[in-house]
Amino acid sequence: MIELIDVHKSFDGTEILKGISAKFESGKTSLIIGQSGSGKTVLMKSLIGLHRVDQGQIIYDGRNMPDMSFKQLRALRREMGMLFQGSALFDFMTVLENVMYPLEMFSNMTAIEIEKRARFCLGRVDLVERSYSLHPSEISGGMQKRVAIARAIALNPKYLFCDEPNSGLDPVSSLVIDRLIKEITEEFNMTTIINTHDMNSVMEIGDNIVFIKKGYMKWQGSNKQLFNSGSEDLDEFVFASNLFKAVKDAHEKHGASI
Amino acid sequence: MYRVFGKPDKWKMYFRQLLLEMETLGLSSLGIVIIISIFMGAIMVIQIKLDMDSPLLPIYTVGLATRDVLLLEFSSTIMCLILAGKVGSNIASEIGTMRITEQIDALEIMGVNSANFLILPKVSAFIIMMPMLVIISMAMGMIGGYSVALFSGIVTVTEFEIGLQFAFVPYHVFYSIFKSLVFAFIISSVASFYGYNVKGGALDVGKASTNAVVNSSILILLSNIVITNFMLA
Repeated sequence: MIELIDVHKSFDGTEILKGISAKFESGKTSLIIGQSGSGKTVLMKSLIGLHRVDQGQIIYDGRNMPDMSFKQLRALRREMGMLFQGSALFDFMTVLENVMYPLEMFSNMTAIEIEKRARFCLGRVDLVERSYSLHPSEISGGMQKRVAIARAIALNPKYLFCDEPNSGLDPVSSLVIDRLIKEITEEFNMTTIINTHDMNSVMEIGDNIVFIKKGYMKWQGSNKQLFNSGSEDLDEFVFASNLFKAVKDAHEKHGASI
Repeated sequence: MYRVFGKPDKWKMYFRQLLLEMETLGLSSLGIVIIISIFMGAIMVIQIKLDMDSPLLPIYTVGLATRDVLLLEFSSTIMCLILAGKVGSNIASEIGTMRITEQIDALEIMGVNSANFLILPKVSAFIIMMPMLVIISMAMGMIGGYSVALFSGIVTVTEFEIGLQFAFVPYHVFYSIFKSLVFAFIISSVASFYGYNVKGGALDVGKASTNAVVNSSILILLSNIVITNFMLA
């Protein structure tokens, strides 16, 4: 479990995160949602330690990240997997080498075991074998995301972070990636945190949703509670889409709850 | 600095990267080194002969001057200035692109010391490969000069050979190789610094690449004066 307590972060005197507190439980997919510029990416980067927070606590199963030394932080990071917005695969390595890389760096497995594990991870994300020898530039965006997921889960991380996993993907591929993340989270009992503003993802896999606006945490709940949150700010964000507004209106007209 | 030159996370991975970089930075530069050295050696013979066309100077002076220019300045300093453009921009743009596409962040998240993993193999590979490039450049320059002597006949091959061997000081080869080691460190570390600290987008990678080449060239020229003063003056 990851817990945020009163997290503040400023850049050049401008406060971006203004006292965020939230809980992210293991085995559940937690989504951080909010408009562009609301502080989602800064929050994500603070969570993984790429930004040092100015104030507050980020507690990873009892360990407070801001108190950690560089060495301790590096050790904690080995328990993390991260799926970046642009996949961030290493250009100079093939698909298989990308997934083998963290295993080669941090495991004591033999070369055969490493390749076997990498092939298992790539198989788990449904990548076809003939793509294993290709370089990232030779495969599609959706496939790159799958490779990035395979790389992220290679070392059996306890915590999985995804920064806009659906960005640049078509709706079908987005759905596949969303479901894959949820399946993996439940299968490996990981604490998964996803940064997104894709409402389809929210409805599909949002076990726990944290809504932030202008650096403040405005609401936390599940996707089932989303439409009846009672939060004006959240309603403004969720029902910006005509589709969601129409669904809500239709349900209200017929007296049914969503 | 400590992060870059600290102990690698895994030696096996370090040596694998080192071999890869020796090929990328060293062997891939061999072609340009050979071509430029041959032509420069050839041109040097023609121009020196033109400038030394005096009955008071022995003909073998052409070979002697060509050898000394190659050994003392061309194969180390001028070749390193050329390689600062090729290798320096390669390193800065490669690391810079990794920075803006979040590949370096990905390494950090995995718990890898990204500075050490990316920069140390490049610096050490280039330092290892540079003496080889310098020695090949010296040899190729002399072959270029020899070819001119052989085919154009502006100096005889025998006179040219006498000039190459006359008053040879082996220390000059050591001096040249020592300089090239310093220059190799400057090129690879300055380019890595600019690449690693890129912020922004593709435009900033281009700027970093330019800055890396310009600044490493200036540092090469400055250190050339200092080293020459200490070793030859």
